[in-house]
Amino acid sequence: MIIGLDVGGTHADVVLLGNEGLIKYIKVPTDPTDLFTTVLSGLEKITEGVKPERISRIVLSTTLTTNAIVQKKYSPVGMIVSSGPGIDPEVFCTNSHYYPASGSIDHRGREIEPIDQNQIKAIAEHLKEAGIQHVGVVCKFSVRNPDQELQISEILNKSFEKVFLGHQISGNLNFPRRIATTYFNAAVYPIHRKFFEAVRKSLEKKGLKVPIHILKADGGTMTFESSIDFPGQTILSGPAASVMGSIAFASDEEESLVLDIGGTTTDMAILINRVPLLNPMGIQLGPYKTLIRSLETHSIGIGGDSAVRVENGKLKIGPERKGHAMAYGGPVPTPTDALFAMGIMQEGDRERSVKGLNSIAAELGIGLRDVSAKIFNLACRKILAEAQGMINRINSKPVYTVHELQEGYTVCPKKMLVLGGPAPYFAKHLEKLSDFDVSVVPGWGVANAIGAALARTTCEVTLFADTERGFVTAPEEKFTERVNKDFSKKDAVDKAYELLKQKALQRGANLDDLEMEVLEELQFNMVRGFYTTGRNIRVKAQVKPGLIHKFNSVADWISSDSGRLCNSL
Amino acid sequence: MLHAKYKTGLVFFPAFDWAISPTHPEREERLLYTQDQVFEEGLFDIDGIIEFKPDLVTIEDVQRVHFCVPDVCNVMTESHFISAGGAKTIGMALLDRKIERGFALVRPPGHHAMRVVHGARGFCNINIEAIMIEFLRQTYNIKKVAIVDTDCHHGDGTQDIYWHDPNTLFISLHQDGRTLYPGSGFTNEMGGPTAIGTTLNIPLPPQTSEEGFLYTIENIVLPIINDFKPEIIINSAGQDNHFSDPITNMNFSAQGYAHLTRLLKPDIAVLEGGYSIEGALPYVNLGIILAMAGLDYSRVKEPNYDPASIRQKTKVTEWIKQTGEVVLNNWQQKEKIKSEILNAKEFDERKRNIYYDTDNLIETQIETLRVCSDCSGVLKIDSSSDRGFRILAVHIPRKACKDCKEIGYRWYESEKSDRYDFVFLQDRTEDQYRVKKLK
Repeated sequence: MIIGLDVGGTHADVVLLGNEGLIKYIKVPTDPTDLFTTVLSGLEKITEGVKPERISRIVLSTTLTTNAIVQKKYSPVGMIVSSGPGIDPEVFCTNSHYYPASGSIDHRGREIEPIDQNQIKAIAEHLKEAGIQHVGVVCKFSVRNPDQELQISEILNKSFEKVFLGHQISGNLNFPRRIATTYFNAAVYPIHRKFFEAVRKSLEKKGLKVPIHILKADGGTMTFESSIDFPGQTILSGPAASVMGSIAFASDEEESLVLDIGGTTTDMAILINRVPLLNPMGIQLGPYKTLIRSLETHSIGIGGDSAVRVENGKLKIGPERKGHAMAYGGPVPTPTDALFAMGIMQEGDRERSVKGLNSIAAELGIGLRDVSAKIFNLACRKILAEAQGMINRINSKPVYTVHELQEGYTVCPKKMLVLGGPAPYFAKHLEKLSDFDVSVVPGWGVANAIGAALARTTCEVTLFADTERGFVTAPEEKFTERVNKDFSKKDAVDKAYELLKQKALQRGANLDDLEMEVLEELQFNMVRGFYTTGRNIRVKAQVKPGLIHKFNSVADWISSDSGRLCNSL
Repeated sequence: MLHAKYKTGLVFFPAFDWAISPTHPEREERLLYTQDQVFEEGLFDIDGIIEFKPDLVTIEDVQRVHFCVPDVCNVMTESHFISAGGAKTIGMALLDRKIERGFALVRPPGHHAMRVVHGARGFCNINIEAIMIEFLRQTYNIKKVAIVDTDCHHGDGTQDIYWHDPNTLFISLHQDGRTLYPGSGFTNEMGGPTAIGTTLNIPLPPQTSEEGFLYTIENIVLPIINDFKPEIIINSAGQDNHFSDPITNMNFSAQGYAHLTRLLKPDIAVLEGGYSIEGALPYVNLGIILAMAGLDYSRVKEPNYDPASIRQKTKVTEWIKQTGEVVLNNWQQKEKIKSEILNAKEFDERKRNIYYDTDNLIETQIETLRVCSDCSGVLKIDSSSDRGFRILAVHIPRKACKDCKEIGYRWYESEKSDRYDFVFLQDRTEDQYRVKKLK
């Protein structure tokens, strides 16, 4: 049996899945000040009466690191940043203990200027005096040659608890994002480590000695052990959980738009033949752009509990949420109240909904029925417009080859999968207002936890070969080898797959679930003078986000018994 | 976080799967290291720098500028449709006010492509700036445009297209034509009889350095532009004046290019040449983009940059100052020279042989212009190449007078001789292009 747990803003959803399907689900309230108790009580309740040895896998999706970053509640970090020529690194300053240093590497990974050992030693002294334990080291172009980061780390290592190196977090080129991502990894490391060690200890006490997997923003998982070096990858895993929960019900031959309609927001994502679309660069959290792999998601401030009001004679919905719907004792009318007034939703205080909506109706000079329909309509239309906007943005992303521009793939989903609290109420109307073929994700109330439970381990490898200089390297994987002039793109792809397989297994993947693919393969002849002097090869490969195969039957089961689930959740 | 002072649009299209030939300077690898630098610097993440996907130009967009022989599709590859499209995208974004400035970092380039196109010359098939400008004129009713060509090679294609257009100021700064391809661009090349002075050439001696370029921009180019008062300034931003460029002999730098951009303040820059793909382009492009966006570029320096070692000699400085005086004088005298010519004759003829180095063919042209006092004058070109095609091309300019328009149609309709494979008519007053096949 496996457990999936997804902590949301108001409550945590927990599911227990077995070969026969969904065995049990529960919801526990989230205490944002004490996530540990929230997670633990969820795990305790779901395992009540279950023999510990029957549990083979636990996957957790929490808001721990996201909250820490958003609320800036993390320990101080030292940052050492070496830029070489280009934009002044001061503008990428992340925190007060931020030190630009000398040293320079160029685009091909050649050292242009060495680091200054004495300068690093002096910075290390300052950091120690400030009581700093965790340091991030980032050099420009370190993904082409990590030597300077490694040299700096060597000088620091004895004096600090943990040093985070920029080249280890991603193979992508983007120095400012590498700085921000390394900083976040270092900043949330102590909180992350303490939290999951405590969870693990508590579970061990109960006799649960299974590996703990943690959900990432790209819809994949990693084991707690491997997350220690990359805790930043756990930020914003919530939207990913929902998307993964909808995969089993998406067509494997068509594109689908996934809508997770919550209380405060609606999150959207795209599935292409059951594989979620990834954001090519990395997640953005508030103003911070990172290299953290994530799904391409878009979040808007429209949900079941969004505040409804009239501004300058016009109806407005969201983006703020002032509390529950009035039907549930909330302070202001919401789209949910409109659903109550129209008789679509029941089991709440319809009188309160009507009272709130009447004041809106009076302001607009229309009746209750009209105002309810208008609110519901506007909420649906806004969601559809934003979804179209996201699709347009995805399709307008620049490409760099003639082939891609001419034959380029464009996303055009015809199917829509809706999940989240008010999903079934919205689905019908969304279909009426659009050309989408809309369906509600079975188990829509806990699909996010199911998604977390079934998500497979994902990772990515970036390989770079320069046969003129005679090497192939994947610094992120601590891999460098000498190669001859005849090293080809095919050799590079083979090598990338080999490294990817190793990495995935080490991060907790099953051999059965290694669905690998090449994301990018480019080869350039390097010509100097009038002669070809070598090849410049770039390969990027990934394990696709998806569901673990072992529990395929679970998805089938949920799907076939959807009626019962929809009614009961 | 960085915020661009000027909202700057970028089209980056490195055409990673297109080359003239595998070892040609205009090959797949050309913008590879520029991409690396631009990505690693995180330029596309800067608030106020927006990357656009290039549109494709249409056949009509090309026919608004060129006479392609035998037709558009035969002289263009897919990559040309995209690189010209990239420039067009930037132009539209600018005039739709989505951006305040824009840079089309695209390849292949275009400034050696002339009005009649039989093939590729100077790595160029079609003139991507001219196609953009004429599209903008047609769509947004722009009138006065200034083009400043800072490629190391004379922009002879752009010069040819705007030779008779008094509403387009074309200024080319380049290495002296006696020492470099295409061998033209001297101070006495000043435009046709009805557009004298709106073509200006500033040949610079080999080994011109930052001092010489910036002097020329500040003291010659900017005063002339201020005088002309264009609605849009376009920079044909070739980067082959760099001291490390393998096919030229100048001593310019990334700092210099960035500074030039800050002085010139182009609304639109379009990449032209530049073949020092590792030592120059990554840094020069970074400098230009930062300068366009109004951001600090003081730390953008190529690894082996040593200002002292590339400082220009006094002789070079003197030469540049003298050339500048000649150009300024020509600009100031243009109305006088024009009035003398206008009364002299009704038709003006130029005979030329044009060599297409890239495709190795020779074109022979006889161009006849009606020297009109009411408009810039209708013109026809009798053009043949040693590949075998001979065509007659009639161009009626955008603001053509009634008489010129009538003459243009008469030339087009009355030509029936099978000496010509085709007769073309480009009627810019109606935005029309007609083709008559005679063989």
